[in-house]
Order: sequence, then C-alpha cells, then structure tokens
Amino acid sequence: MTIATDLGARPSRPLPFWPMVWAAALAAVMVLALLGDRFPALIDYPAAAVVPLTDWVSAIMAWLKANITWLTRSITAILGVPLDFALSLFAKNFKIGAGPEAIVLPRLSWVGIVVAAFLAGRAFGGWKLGALVGGCFLYIALFGKWTSAMLTLGLISIAVPFCIVTGLLIGIWAWRKPWAEKLIVSPSLDLMQTIPTFAYLIPMLILFGNSPVSAMIATAIFAMPPMVRATMLGLSRVPSEIGDFSEMAGCTARQKLWRVLLPSARPTLMVGVNQVIMLALNMVIIASMIGAGGLGYDVLLALRALKVGEAMEAGLAIVALAIALDRLSQAMARRQARGHVHGDAEAGPFWKRYPNLSLALVVLAATTIAGLFIPAFADVPKAITMTTAPAWKAGVSWITINLFDVIEAVRVALILYVLNPVRAFCEGFPWLGAVFLLGLAAFQLGGARLAILVAALTAYCAVTGLWEKTMATVYLVGISAFISCLIGIPIGLWASRSDRVEKIVTPIIDTLQVLPSFCFIIPVVMLFRVGDVTAMIATVAFAVVPAIRYTNHGLRQVPPALMEAAVVSGCTKRQTFFRVQLPLALPEIMLGINQTILMALSMIIICAMIGTRDLGQEVFIALSKADAGRGIVAGLAIAFIGIIADRLFGAWTAKARGKLG
Amino acid sequence: MNAAVDTGLSAALARPVDPRPIKLACRNVWKVFGPDAVDWIGTRDGRASSADLAEAGLVGAVRHVDLEIRQGEIFIIMGLSGSGKSTLVRCMSRLIEPTFGTVEFEGKDLLKVSDAELIELRRHRMGMVFQNFALLPHLNVLENIAFPLSIQGIDRAKREARAREVIELVGLRGREHFYPRELSGGQQQRVGIARSLATKPEVWFLDEPFSALDPLIRREMQDELLRLQGVLHKTIAFITHDFDEAIRLADRIAIMKDGEVIQTGTPEELVVNPATDYVAEFTRDVQRAKVISARSLMRPCAGGEHGGVVAPEARIASFSAGIVAAGKPFAVVNGTGKPIGEVTPQAVIDLLAGIDGRGARP
Repeated sequence: MTIATDLGARPSRPLPFWPMVWAAALAAVMVLALLGDRFPALIDYPAAAVVPLTDWVSAIMAWLKANITWLTRSITAILGVPLDFALSLFAKNFKIGAGPEAIVLPRLSWVGIVVAAFLAGRAFGGWKLGALVGGCFLYIALFGKWTSAMLTLGLISIAVPFCIVTGLLIGIWAWRKPWAEKLIVSPSLDLMQTIPTFAYLIPMLILFGNSPVSAMIATAIFAMPPMVRATMLGLSRVPSEIGDFSEMAGCTARQKLWRVLLPSARPTLMVGVNQVIMLALNMVIIASMIGAGGLGYDVLLALRALKVGEAMEAGLAIVALAIALDRLSQAMARRQARGHVHGDAEAGPFWKRYPNLSLALVVLAATTIAGLFIPAFADVPKAITMTTAPAWKAGVSWITINLFDVIEAVRVALILYVLNPVRAFCEGFPWLGAVFLLGLAAFQLGGARLAILVAALTAYCAVTGLWEKTMATVYLVGISAFISCLIGIPIGLWASRSDRVEKIVTPIIDTLQVLPSFCFIIPVVMLFRVGDVTAMIATVAFAVVPAIRYTNHGLRQVPPALMEAAVVSGCTKRQTFFRVQLPLALPEIMLGINQTILMALSMIIICAMIGTRDLGQEVFIALSKADAGRGIVAGLAIAFIGIIADRLFGAWTAKARGKLG
Repeated sequence: MNAAVDTGLSAALARPVDPRPIKLACRNVWKVFGPDAVDWIGTRDGRASSADLAEAGLVGAVRHVDLEIRQGEIFIIMGLSGSGKSTLVRCMSRLIEPTFGTVEFEGKDLLKVSDAELIELRRHRMGMVFQNFALLPHLNVLENIAFPLSIQGIDRAKREARAREVIELVGLRGREHFYPRELSGGQQQRVGIARSLATKPEVWFLDEPFSALDPLIRREMQDELLRLQGVLHKTIAFITHDFDEAIRLADRIAIMKDGEVIQTGTPEELVVNPATDYVAEFTRDVQRAKVISARSLMRPCAGGEHGGVVAPEARIASFSAGIVAAGKPFAVVNGTGKPIGEVTPQAVIDLLAGIDGRGARP
C-alpha cells in the first residue's frame, strides 16, 4: 500500500533532484578522468604525498616488541600449558622428562575418539547423526590425516572455550553499558570481522612468535565476535516480562543475570557457540602459516608444491571435520532448547544420569590403555589407511590432457573479455572521483556523518599509497560479487517458488557455508592453475551462499495476506511478483548482496596465496617478511573497503525498510 | 416510586466504611517520560494539567493517581491499552521508579526503602503474575515454581515440597516435569500463578493475567482465581482491559484513561453512578441484574406479604427468577434478620427489561 502510493507519487514530482545531482557528479568525474593526462595526481595519488603510515606502525610494533616482549612471552608460556596438554592429549602423546629415559604416556586412542564422536552424535541427534559424526572421524582416520586433524582439533578445543567465556563477558558488559557498546564494542567488532584473517597473523607473529600459541590467540580473536554479538542479541531479546519477573521474585542483580536472563537467552547463545566453532576451524586452518600445524599446514605445503592430490585430500579431511563439528554443535543447540526429559533425571548415580558420556569415557580410557599393548589402537595402522591422492592426480592429468583446450579457452576468454577491461577501468579510476562519488552516495543514503566516514575511509586507501592495489582488489571483488549475485539470486528466486528446489538447495548451501574458505581454492587450482581466474571462481563459489539464502528467505517471508490481497485485487502473476513481492523482499535481498560482497572480499584476500596482485598479496608478503607496518596498513585498507560497502548497503536497506514501515 | 428509589440508592451509597486496613496506597503518583521530568514535576509539587505536559514536551504515562487498596480486597485497575495501567502497577511494585509521589506499603513509603529491603519485600511479601506468563524456558514446571525459593537459598527438599503444595493448589499435579513450551496457555498461566504463590506473598499483582488466553479458558481461570482467593485472602491488584472480567472479579474497580484514574468504586457504583460518559460507555452493555444488588433496588416495606428473603448484597440476577415466579415482594434483611426494605417483582422486571428510569440508557 505504501509502495503503491510511492510509485504513484514519483512521476508527479516536479524536479527529480537526485538524478540531476548524479548526472552532474558523473560528468564532473568524467572531466576529472579526461584531465588525468595532464594532471596524473588526479588519477594516482602522488607518491611524494603518501603518508608514511607504514613506517609509523612499524615503529610502534618495533617499540612494542622491544618493550613488552617479556609480557607476551610470559603469556605464551602460560597459555602454552593448557594448549600443550590438549595437543598432547589429542595428537602428540605426553612426554615426561627428556631423552631416551623419557616416559611416554599415549594420546587418546583414535578408536576411542571415533566411538566417542559416534556416541556424542547419537546422544544429541539420534543414530543418524551418530553415524554421520562417527563416519567423518573414521574417514579422517582411514585417509591418514588423523594426527593433523587432531592437532587442529586440539587447538580448537582450547580456543573455543576461551572465545565463549570472553565473548560472553564482553557481550554482557556491552549489553549493560550502552556507551561501551556504542563507543567500543560495536566498532571493534566491525573492524575485527572485516580485517582480513592474514592481517591478524602479523602482530601475533611478532609479539608471540611462530608457535601454536600465537595461532591460538589469532584464532580466539578472530572467532570471538559472533559470541559477543549473540550475547548482546540474546540478552536484548529476552522478553521484558521475564526481567520484571526476576525483580519481583527478589533476584539480586547477579541472580537476575546468571539465573534468569542468560539461561533464557540460551538458544541464541548456542547459535553463537556454533558460529564460534566454525570460525575457529576456519581460522585455525589459516593460522597454520604461523605455526598452528595440522590440516591447514598440510594443505599449505601441498599447494606450495602444487601437489593437488595431497591438497585435495587434506581439504576433504577439513570438510569432514567441519561437517562433524557443525552438525554436532547445531544438534546440541537444538537439544538444549528442547530438553524433554520427564521424570526425576537428577536421581541415580553418575553413569545412570549421563549414560552416553560415561560410556564414551570408558571406551576412551579402555582403548587408550589397550593402545599401550596393541599398537593398532594407538596409531591408525598403515594397512587400513588409504589414499586418494594418486586418483585425484590422475583425474586432473586426464582433464588437463583431454580438456585442456576447453578450459584454456574459457580462462583466456574470461581474462580477455571480462577481467582485463574491468581491471583497466578500475585502475584508471581517479581516486579523487571515487572519494567524491562514494561520499555523495553516502550523503544521499545516510546523511552528512556517513558521507564523511565513507569519504575519509576511501581517502585512506589513497593517501597511504595503496590506491592501485585497492582498485585491483575492488575490481576482483566487484566481478566476483556480481557473478555470485547473477548466479545466486535466480537460484534463490527459484527456491522461493518451489519447495522441492528449496529442499535440494538448502543442504547444499548449508554445507558450502561451513567449509573453511581454504577448501574452495583447491579444486579450482587443479583445473585453472593459479591466477585471477582461479581466484574469481573460488570466490564466486564461496560468496554465492548469502545471495541464494537471503533471496529465498526474503521472498518467502512476504506475508501471505499481502500476496492474497494482490491476487484478489486482480494482479496477474507477474504483477504480483514485481509490484508486491519483490519490493517487499528487496531490503532482505540487498542484505544478501551486502553479505555476498563481504564474503567475496574475505575470500579474495585469501586468494593472495594463489598469486593475485592486490591488497591481499600486500598483506601476504608482509606476513612472510614479518613486516608489521606494511601488513597492518594494507589490512586496514581491506577492512575499510568492507566497511564502506557494508555501511552503504546498510543505510540503503534501513532506508528501504523505513519506507515499508 | 421515585422517592423510594432514591432512598434505596442513598442507602446503597451510604454503605458502612470498609474496616479492613489499607495495605497498599498510591498518593499523587506520577510517571512522566521526557527530559528532566523529575525536576519538572517536582517544582510543580505534583500538580500539572495535560496541557502543561504537552507544552513541556513530556509524556504523562501515569498522572496524579491516588489509590488505596485494602487488605484482602480484589482491586481491579481497568483501562484500555495505553491508559497507563501497566505502568501504574509497575510503579506500585517499583519495577518502574515513579517520577513523583509516594507508594505506601502498610503505611511505609516503598520508594524510600533500600535495594536490600526491596529485595526482601519482594521475596516474601509480594508476588506477580504476568500477561505472557514469563516462565523460564529452561526450567520445568517444578523448577519454575521453586525458582523464587531457590534464589532465597532455600534447600532443595524444602523448596520442592512447597512447590508441590502449590502445584496441588492450582491443579497441575502430574505436570511437574513438563517444560513450559509443552503446556497449553491456561496451564502455563497456572504455573505462573503457582510460582507467584510459592513464597506466600501478601500482596499479589496480576498484570492482565488472562488476556493472552482464549475466552473459554479465560472464564475458567477467573473462576479459579475466585476459588483461590476464597482460600487465600490475598490483597490483589489486578490489571485488565476487559470490563466484564473486572465486574466478575472485582471488589472495587479503578478506571483509567490517559494516565489518570477517572473513577474508583464497586462495580455497582460504576454501573449505577458513572462519573463520566467514558465510564458510562463501558457500563452500557453490562448485564445490570448481575451487578446491581437488592440494596439499591429496595424500597421501604409497604406492609404486604413477602414471598421470600434476600440479603442486601444479593445480586438481582440471583433471585430474579424466584421473585417473578412468586409474584410477591421479597424482604431485604440485614445480618440480624431484621427487614430493612423490600424488592418488588415489578422493579426486578423493569430492571431486566431495561425500562427502569434510573440507569438504563437507550
């Protein structure tokens, strides 16, 4: 209804203000571009005027390194204790003493862990989940990735509880103190989630050294934001009546929080826990570059040596671990929310109250002790492991031999007709024009404050001397996000119109979403080798998920009553869709596009590993040289690109939502 | 006839003063939202018109409310949404801090007690039931009901024994280990009621407790409340937007509009003597025979034969069929058995037909 009046009102406006402004602005930028020949400073930021932010940051890091190393090294030592314990427990065996006399206590038996995984799955989601989770672990064991996978799992098992506790406390603080949320927590979260993963690693590497501990700290910082957000969201969503009740029951402030509000918010908190686990897994893989070891390191080594078969195998083990952890933690979240035990569950001895947990503990202990005498329990016997690496390799060879022409033609065509022209356009775009146009857009969407923020962040990319690299990033992200939307939105549309399609699409995108970003690169590299095309294809595969999900969700959540109203007023199917359903779903779809852009950005940065020439590469190089200034400055530039996109889309969505009421 | 009715009416209004002590009272209570509201109302000493508020750009959610709730009484605060009734009851329980005025609990200013004292008061002497039940989703029925006791540090065996007592009282036996989401709305509110009773409170706040229930269940729960009150004799502050519910349950009703109490009285007083057109609008569709008592319909005895006896408080509906069948006046007798007047069949018929000149409106 609002829409109808809105559509009706538009043509009658005497002078379309904004279109005129935009026409003038574009003309001005065009002139700027034409003048570029004579004044190159308009296009490329003059090298002489570059603010030496890099040097300043490097100086600060150097000072930090010199002066607080004692602190960071002690932290490393302290955090190293639980971490070593976890790593020994899962992967490395305990060694007490040194040399040949050292007593070696075995790690947990792989048989025991597989059985325990199965039992955990069965306890929270029945036989089916038990089989899935147990199967994933068995797969890892049989394909010879056991030790690597357990190193990864050990790191996660320490990083995740740390994230949950810290995230919870920060979330509570931010919820209690609105000023803290507004001034400190929200901006930090935005920054933490848009700074590329690599950029986290550099200061960690410098301060904490190349060790599993610094990998764990980087992981913890990276994976914490969803817990903070979930805590704030969960607490603010608890109905006010429940808060009133707790006061009327005479709860003290502490009782109110811990015994009423937090338990009431549990379903939302568990969603946060699930996200923390998945992000931690993702980050642990990337943190293998600074000493985390584990599956990520296997992939890294294989990719560096271009052993695609090995990389694929390690990648699949990551996928198995990711699926197992995701399904298990989701089932736990649902189970917690359901809880249906009738009868006095509290009575009886421990093993009766927790039969699955007790059984798992017994099996773990028994198999681990058995491992002392029977080697097959301690290590996965070579005889039963298998490898698919040669098969992958043969497959790739076959494809390269037989389909080389086709693939090469696609690759060359993409480069010649898509990538290169866009790249040329982006890199030739005057920086001053970009600052101006983005600022103008921000002003139209969100007023003066947003305009200043956006213009300042854009200018940052120029004055730090990173303009060319920034535009190289923007071009790849732009193309990838565009193609993702081109593929994702129609699929989402299709899924929204057919339950059968939705049923097929949902599990696929759910799985795509839990896969660590690393995994997307491997199969593409096998076919397209390294370069921009590979980066683009991997990014599209990674970033297509939100476009599908939000489109489907947005279209489906249009109230049926409105659709019926449209049909009853005599709309054709086409009119119903274009005049009612689409405008109402548009804010949600825009949110999906926003997410797609952010995911594309994060993926493009990781693609620096396969030889792109953008900001990601800058960070990657800085990482390998442990050059903090260079890495952090480029990392911030990447974060700012994300923030600009996010703010502009956010303002647009808010505006559209406001119009719809 | 008219003279007789007038005496009857004045007799009804001149009822003996309620001897029960005042349990909870509001004295010129204000809740004003807006910048510097506390100073604004403070400098005016709690006197301001709605025009004053509008001029200052403030919103008066509750305005100069004076109420006295007596011990053991069901006091209903009735108003449509936005009338400030929920805010008022939250001021009375200090869930919301009033901007001005005093709230007295047994003569003591509730707004001056310390946080620790307030917690003690709430733990032992106040209970509250909520519109949307406000049950804790992670606890089962038994744990929910025992929760207020558990935060007092009462040991498990003791608090569960008490919880089972109230479960019995509200008729939820056999549901102890169900979770809130497994119960129907009516059952959930029974849990809410049981939970608020577990601490044996003296003052019981009921914030639209039955509004989220469907009509049949609502009626059942109203009967249940009357049954419980017959056993427990709590002091009840009950919020509702449903005038029929108010009439069914109330000893006295306060009608709120735009943050103000516009009339306080028994259901009968409101029906017979509405203070404003707004109140009259509510009472128009009320079945008068269910509200009006023999006392207000009686006239001095004419000396004829009586077909029966009724108490002055008896509602007309309770004996209308009998009196019309008997065809003779009924004597109205007080506690000592002395007749103080009589009700004629004609008066009852007139009332039922709505042709009585007094209260019936076209």
